[in-house]
Amino acid sequence: MSRGTLIDLLYLVSATTFILALKGLGSPKRARLGNGIAAVGMLIAVVATFFKQVDGHNLHHVALILIAMAIGIVVAVPTARYVRMTAMPQLVAIFNGVGGGAASLVSITEFVHIHSTHPATYVTLEVLLGVLIGTVSFSGSAIAYAKLQELMTGRPVTYPGQQVINAILGAAGLVLIIIILVTGQTGLLWVLLALAFVLGIAFVLPIGGADVPVLISLLNSFTGLAVAASGFTLGSNLLIVAGTLVGASGILLTRLMSKAMGRSLSNVLFSAFGSVITASGGTGADARPVRSGSPEDAAVLLSFASRVVIIPGYGLAVAQAQHVLRELGEELESKGIEVFYAIHPVAGRMPGHMNVLLAEANVPYEQLMELDEANSELQTADVALVVGANDTVNPAAKDDKTSPIYGMPIINADLAENVLFLKRSMRPGFAGIENELLYNPKTTLIFGDAKDTLTKIVAAVKAS
Amino acid sequence: MGNALLQYATVLMLTIFVGIEIIAKVPSILHTPLMSGSNAIHGVILVGAMLVLGSSNTTLETVLGFLAVILATLNVVGGFVVTDRMLEMFKAKPRTTAAKKDEVAS
Repeated sequence: MSRGTLIDLLYLVSATTFILALKGLGSPKRARLGNGIAAVGMLIAVVATFFKQVDGHNLHHVALILIAMAIGIVVAVPTARYVRMTAMPQLVAIFNGVGGGAASLVSITEFVHIHSTHPATYVTLEVLLGVLIGTVSFSGSAIAYAKLQELMTGRPVTYPGQQVINAILGAAGLVLIIIILVTGQTGLLWVLLALAFVLGIAFVLPIGGADVPVLISLLNSFTGLAVAASGFTLGSNLLIVAGTLVGASGILLTRLMSKAMGRSLSNVLFSAFGSVITASGGTGADARPVRSGSPEDAAVLLSFASRVVIIPGYGLAVAQAQHVLRELGEELESKGIEVFYAIHPVAGRMPGHMNVLLAEANVPYEQLMELDEANSELQTADVALVVGANDTVNPAAKDDKTSPIYGMPIINADLAENVLFLKRSMRPGFAGIENELLYNPKTTLIFGDAKDTLTKIVAAVKAS
Repeated sequence: MGNALLQYATVLMLTIFVGIEIIAKVPSILHTPLMSGSNAIHGVILVGAMLVLGSSNTTLETVLGFLAVILATLNVVGGFVVTDRMLEMFKAKPRTTAAKKDEVAS
């Protein structure tokens, strides 16, 4: 067997591991194994590539390749290891962005490389698509990162004629591609690069709040497609398979995620959701009375309950209160009270994010309930304890047809006998919408930082 | 030349269906790890980056290729480490709380 055939065979093994990995990631038991398998497959592919011959000779610049890899590893490992779990979404965004940037650079470099030999039209097309999609993913992810990291406002950024301008930018990109293909004016590649960069930013700016994770999933899928395009240019089945896998599954995943919020993907992408903060019912709403209580009141209510359902949201993670919450759960259990955690699919900032955060705090996996299960349990619950959640328990999603979140499945906290709502202030949640549950007669509000409040409640429960 | 293109297009089409098929039944709690895991997989662009840097003839190509290898390595390594860290948390925990509950009940 020749060296080239052997390497191609190893690439095939590698591509197979990627498929197995994605399959493994779909089940809780085999997910970690799946990720490990993909990592091994990736290592095989990278090592094999060192022995590959391009244009009839061995790879040049092996030292440079190793240096660049070392730089990448030195930056990536500590970043990935030590960033707090709450910052996970922006981390995924940034690693996705650099992937898009890499795909774009690979396409450009290959184009510069083959430039002299007058490439066939379809080769040019592959390059242009790789550059366009990869760069949009790069700059888009950078903005998504800035939004989640709160380097800029997380709310949608809008300006007059935004959609028209974005449409023009998109159309200009396509026209430019056609011009380059027809005229062979390859210098215009750099114009396309700049245009794609601006397009990525303009596309992401009007998307904000809870929609950013859906956007990251979409950009993840884009990067996959850019990698596939590079694969066509380089003639690599491995890149085509891996890129297309991510591209196709990413688009489906994106749709699943927007479905979990009860919205369509186009609504997520183009409606600048949440930019108008309750223009409809906002006025005068603040004046309505709410019932507020002390942590001690909450402790009494909890101690005399027999079933408690805890509904955590992103605010819990912001306050770093997941450990205290687990302590409260254990304390109540030791009094013979049944405790469950009701996890909304989009609690936290990404689907599944809350499960990760609670697992980190050692909350037993068996106590976590998904939406439907939680809603049937809530009917017999004495207390629903809402910690740092807001939009995911907002009854407007069921009742108010004018509400922007109408149709989103919610956790029916109002079914419980009593609702304890831990909240920092009366400010609306991530989506910027007023919450009727706050004014429900069953509800007692406990104002303050979630961690402080929970610590006080734990102390009071212990004392009682 | 045309044959190669056809072969790549075949691979593309088949992979699209595989990609959709294997994702169809994923529980929502695994959406984030799945996104992160597939993020790591598209880091395979590292192979492409190595090839363009390894075959570069001009300074421009070398510089672009060098940057591409750095970015791609960030994608691969960061992607896998983050995903592993997430999934580490899904391990079944020893049921300390449940044990306590049993004590109280008995």
